[in-house]
Amino acid sequence: MAEFGSPDELLKATQQASAAGYTRVEAYSPLPVEGIAETLGFRTLLPLVVLIAGICGAVFGFGMQYWISAIDYPMNIGGRPLNSWPSFIPVTFECTVLFAGVTAVIALIISNKLPQPYHPVFNVPRFSVASDDRFFLTIESTDPQFDLTKVKSFLQGLQPAGVFEVEE
Amino acid sequence: MHTDERLINVSSAEPLVGPGYSYAKVTETVAAPILTVPTPRGWFITFGVAFLLVMVFLAAVTYLFMRGVGIWGVNIPIGWGFAIVNFVWWIGIGHAGTLISAILLLLHQHWRNAINRFAEAMTLFAVACAGMFPILHLGRPWVFYWLFPVPNTMGVWPQFRSPLIWDVFAVSTYATISFLYWYVGLIPDLASMRDKAKSVLVRRIYGILAMGWRGASRHWHRYETVYLLLAGLATPLVVSVHSVVSFDFSVGIVPGWHSTIFPPYFVAGAIYSGFAMVLTLAIPVRKMYHLETLITKRHLDYMAKVMLATGLIVAYGYLMESFYAWYSGNPYERFMMMNRQFGPYGFVYWLLILCNIALPQLLWIPKVRANTLYLFVISIIVNIGMWLERFVIVVTSLHRDFLPSSWGMYYPTIWDWATFLGTIGVFLALMFLFVRLLPMISIFEIRQLLPVPGRNGSKAH
Repeated sequence: MAEFGSPDELLKATQQASAAGYTRVEAYSPLPVEGIAETLGFRTLLPLVVLIAGICGAVFGFGMQYWISAIDYPMNIGGRPLNSWPSFIPVTFECTVLFAGVTAVIALIISNKLPQPYHPVFNVPRFSVASDDRFFLTIESTDPQFDLTKVKSFLQGLQPAGVFEVEE
Repeated sequence: MHTDERLINVSSAEPLVGPGYSYAKVTETVAAPILTVPTPRGWFITFGVAFLLVMVFLAAVTYLFMRGVGIWGVNIPIGWGFAIVNFVWWIGIGHAGTLISAILLLLHQHWRNAINRFAEAMTLFAVACAGMFPILHLGRPWVFYWLFPVPNTMGVWPQFRSPLIWDVFAVSTYATISFLYWYVGLIPDLASMRDKAKSVLVRRIYGILAMGWRGASRHWHRYETVYLLLAGLATPLVVSVHSVVSFDFSVGIVPGWHSTIFPPYFVAGAIYSGFAMVLTLAIPVRKMYHLETLITKRHLDYMAKVMLATGLIVAYGYLMESFYAWYSGNPYERFMMMNRQFGPYGFVYWLLILCNIALPQLLWIPKVRANTLYLFVISIIVNIGMWLERFVIVVTSLHRDFLPSSWGMYYPTIWDWATFLGTIGVFLALMFLFVRLLPMISIFEIRQLLPVPGRNGSKAH
């Protein structure tokens, strides 16, 4: 693990680590740094998941109202058709937003593997400033190219503020 | 959210973040009121008053549960009374929070970063207060879950052609999404608090709430995606919620309610009152905690301008209501408007015009917008004005409708007032607890406004 003082340095270091062929690379920062996820070739399917959830919500919302009002509990209200679809739009819309929004948050938490009470990076005492004003880059031991001494000297070569070994 | 060069071009005299801020200084400043600085005396006074009002609320509600809604001034024809006036008022206040956090995010209005957390909390607590009124008004509040389509042995279902059930869905969805949005926004800051806290217990609590957030780049990427998606979802949601609230009125055929201008004019009114409430709360809190360099005069100036603009939309709404009452040629509508302006409740109408339209015009003057005391007073006046507006809409429309034989008057009782003041206490108590316990300014979003260390030339991002 190497420590840096600014988002630009972190981005540059990530690019170099990536260029050196390391694949199990992760960057930690107190604020989102644009470009790092792209450097790591990371993409997310979350928007698709949320879209599907929204469509499910719409189908559920309308279906529920249709089933209740036209099939299970038909009532003649001032001669309106049992399937008074324009009246069903507001609830359909709210269900869409509800399903999409709740799914987005649950999917975010699950795909980030949170809540996670233990993670090795927290074993480095210095890491407590990763949520404050410092930036960290890790190369994990599961990396196919991993070799402790080589990784250490590679990280030193990035001119970091410090290099730390992360205990499992 | 993203690097935005336009920020540099904002030529306003005062920067969005005061001078001398670094990433660490922001964390320090925001965390200090919670972790290190002794709680200011003003906090105890305000919270004490709010807590007393919470007790008033509990007493009023207990008595209501014992005796039923007969203790209020509601009657036939005025069946809605304070309960619905307060419901609409509170939910409207909540809307500014969503506007600030979601709509201004989508519009790249970076100045929102200093006030969005605060405004979102306000939304949450305002919606909680709002939600209580329809339930208390039910008559049998303990069976409130019948509002939802719950399968039951009676074999009955809600009536989905009624705006009242739309309201149930709109408000409950709004409360849920507002909570999630607020919580998601808090996660990185909770991690900062966890790492800042000295005491083990405090660290544990924030640690549990932060769920082990460690700022990994892949997490940030997903996080920003979801944050934007939620903003995109919340934007039409907030418009739909107050539109649905206005449908409660405009779908009915009562003169003074049955009008197509209601949805846009309600939404504008909601934002108007919400910004007023943000100012009412932010001005004392920023002084109490010395946050003048994070919530700057420029922020207050922008909020005042939004108030001015939405206030003018509301004024247009009042004008059109009067115009259509006359132009429609409908005798009931014409009578309603004459009665509203010159009938027994006429003084409320003119008070409303004074509070909502006449006095806020002072905001055109830059000196007024730059003076926190004037702004504070005007924001309270607008809060009162918006409450009067809902009173005028609910009461003056109902009390004299088509048949003179069914006319009546509505006089709020002490229990009406106690319940209303009680919810103000609940709101303020929750708000001040929030300010004391959670970072009231979004730390990670303020960091994004700061100059990047080691990068020259670019002042703001």
